[in-house]
Amino acid sequence: MTDFAPLPALIGGVLIGASASAMLLLSGRITGISGIAGGLWSREAGERSWRWAFVAGALVAAAIVRAVRPDAFGLAPNLSVVALASAGVLVGFGTRLSNGCTSGHGVCGIARFSPRSLIATCVFMAAGGAVVFFVRHVAGGAS
Amino acid sequence: MIRLLVAFVSGAVFTVGLAIGGMTRPSKVLGFLDVTGRWDPSLAFVMGGALLVTSIAFRFTLQRRSPVLDSRFHLPTERSIDARLAIGSVMFGAGWGLSGYCPGPALASVVTLAPSALVFVGSMMLGMLAFEAFETLRARQSSRETLLAQQSPAAS
Repeated sequence: MTDFAPLPALIGGVLIGASASAMLLLSGRITGISGIAGGLWSREAGERSWRWAFVAGALVAAAIVRAVRPDAFGLAPNLSVVALASAGVLVGFGTRLSNGCTSGHGVCGIARFSPRSLIATCVFMAAGGAVVFFVRHVAGGAS
Repeated sequence: MIRLLVAFVSGAVFTVGLAIGGMTRPSKVLGFLDVTGRWDPSLAFVMGGALLVTSIAFRFTLQRRSPVLDSRFHLPTERSIDARLAIGSVMFGAGWGLSGYCPGPALASVVTLAPSALVFVGSMMLGMLAFEAFETLRARQSSRETLLAQQSPAAS
């Protein structure tokens, strides 16, 4: 269904790493998307503004990418609205409870050699793998 | 102002990286998580590429006293490996495996205005708000318990 493409993946990863590195070097911030999204309505203005700027940059770039290469975006699997919304709530609540997602724990935390982040990354990868295994190979739903 | 510009440009570069790396295609993410099926290991290269840069850059950056544009680093102080970390990560992983979306790509996909992306991001934000409510409630409860304990010190 999808094809192995290590080179674009590596280039994309380097850009993500460059972005996170610039944020830490210049602003002293960890580039964790769940923390950025969760802090958008923080009570302190100083905690809000840079997060909105980051999201604005992300959305502008996403709009440009979509205009140039519409196929860069795919659709979520064919799930019921309830299943999709549950997945969203799980991701939102779960990333805030564990203080990070693929970027905060996976990219930034591991780079700081944080044992917490390494464990979080192993756990969410394993959980994700387990759910995909169940959906595709046990329940036998659409892949 | 310059810090806002840094955040804006970083957000843009980050998102272009996600798109080039294939993270904005849930089918590709699910292909990566499907280890026993037709496994597509590409996304390991996204994380590897990112870590290649951050693990070197972070090391040098954190030797500085402060970042270039701020008086201090804003780093997570939490160290404990506890139930919150485990349960939160399991919840996140489950939602990720179900949808193929983690927060960054989901946020970027809002621009497609696809109903599935909008439903996902809307409920993700709702989940984050629910967490804030949960935390406030817990804080209130624990302060009440402390108060009760202070009022009856001879409980044992």
